[in-house]
Amino acid sequence: MARGERQRLTVLDLLQLDLKENDALDLRCIGGRPGLVREIEVTEINRPGLELAGFYENFAWQRIQIFGRGESAFLAHQAGEGRRENLERLLTYRIPCCVFTHALLPTDDFAALAEKAECPVLQTPLSSSEFTMRILRVLSTIFAPRQSVHGTLVEVFGIGVLIQGDSGVGKSETALALIERSHRLVADDLVEIRRVSGNILLGAGAQVVSHHMEIRGLGIINISHLYGVGAIRDRKQIQLVCQLENWDAQKNYDRIGSEENTIEILGVHVPLVVIPIKPGRNIPVIIETAARNERLKKMGYHSAKEFNRNVQTWLETESTRAIFGSEK
Amino acid sequence: MTERIVTIRNRAGMHARPAALLVKTASAYAAQVYIEKDGERVNGKSIMGVITLGATYNSQLKVIADGPDEAAALDAMERLFENRFEEE
Repeated sequence: MARGERQRLTVLDLLQLDLKENDALDLRCIGGRPGLVREIEVTEINRPGLELAGFYENFAWQRIQIFGRGESAFLAHQAGEGRRENLERLLTYRIPCCVFTHALLPTDDFAALAEKAECPVLQTPLSSSEFTMRILRVLSTIFAPRQSVHGTLVEVFGIGVLIQGDSGVGKSETALALIERSHRLVADDLVEIRRVSGNILLGAGAQVVSHHMEIRGLGIINISHLYGVGAIRDRKQIQLVCQLENWDAQKNYDRIGSEENTIEILGVHVPLVVIPIKPGRNIPVIIETAARNERLKKMGYHSAKEFNRNVQTWLETESTRAIFGSEK
Repeated sequence: MTERIVTIRNRAGMHARPAALLVKTASAYAAQVYIEKDGERVNGKSIMGVITLGATYNSQLKVIADGPDEAAALDAMERLFENRFEEE
């Protein structure tokens, strides 16, 4: 398992993001173009009201600075020389970019100073709060913790199942059999995982090899062409990890299933099932069953625990009967 | 665990054929083999993983081996890179 380096995002990258409908930031650059190479390094935003008033303690200059109606009105209200001095001070910080919401324009001296300081000035027609919500959502997706793991991700009965195991244990072959049984392939061999909105692990394949699989003896095959679009998915939440391993006679495998094992990925605990491989064991069917069982558990029914509860109830009645029987 | 820095010398970079050769070589050893580029680490025994790195001409890769025969595995891997994956 490897953790990728932190995502780099310049202001230009932000402008070029392809976001649609309720995610669109509608940003355009209206000044300070040379500064578009500046990097955005934090997920937060700042409204520089206090700084415009001359108070610079704890100034979060690393953040995107949002100028809304309030800040713009304040700028317009401030008198000539004082404003210039203040803006000059503001722009000595290496601010990633200033964003004017409500399609507002910076004052002329602001525009000139920003140009000189090479600080990008962007504009959006969105309201400040709407823009804030959208940019935070976009940035937290981009800066989401990431990790790539060796394994195959398949959607089985709506459950995202990550199949892991050593090379040559048969992950791809198992996935192929699952696709054959009308489940969907998300990624083979290398799964990129991002942790979004707290505890959701989203798995996807690398763009360049997406939905291709390497099957020993056949080589590289394209699943979307062979099986159609119904057999693939771009990304899927990882809800179950199936670890395939060669049957080890010394090892004790779970025989009841009342213990719930988990594996930690990016700080999130995912249910784990260890499946020993042996000739005669139909792994795809076992994984299908594991996925069904996982769904059942999510709905509040735990097969193994329920079974045990029934056994216990039965034992109780039997023993009560025995006690009453002996008293007679 | 040992590691070594190697450079891609074949013009075409890490396309399917060199990747297959690399994976074949790595798989011959019991040691776990990883290839790392720009902090992104993949399993050296997985073709898709190795291709995904997008290693182009002259890019530097870190080859990591972990296991009983790690030294031999690294030697074999290094030879592959030096021989430009038998290309050109």
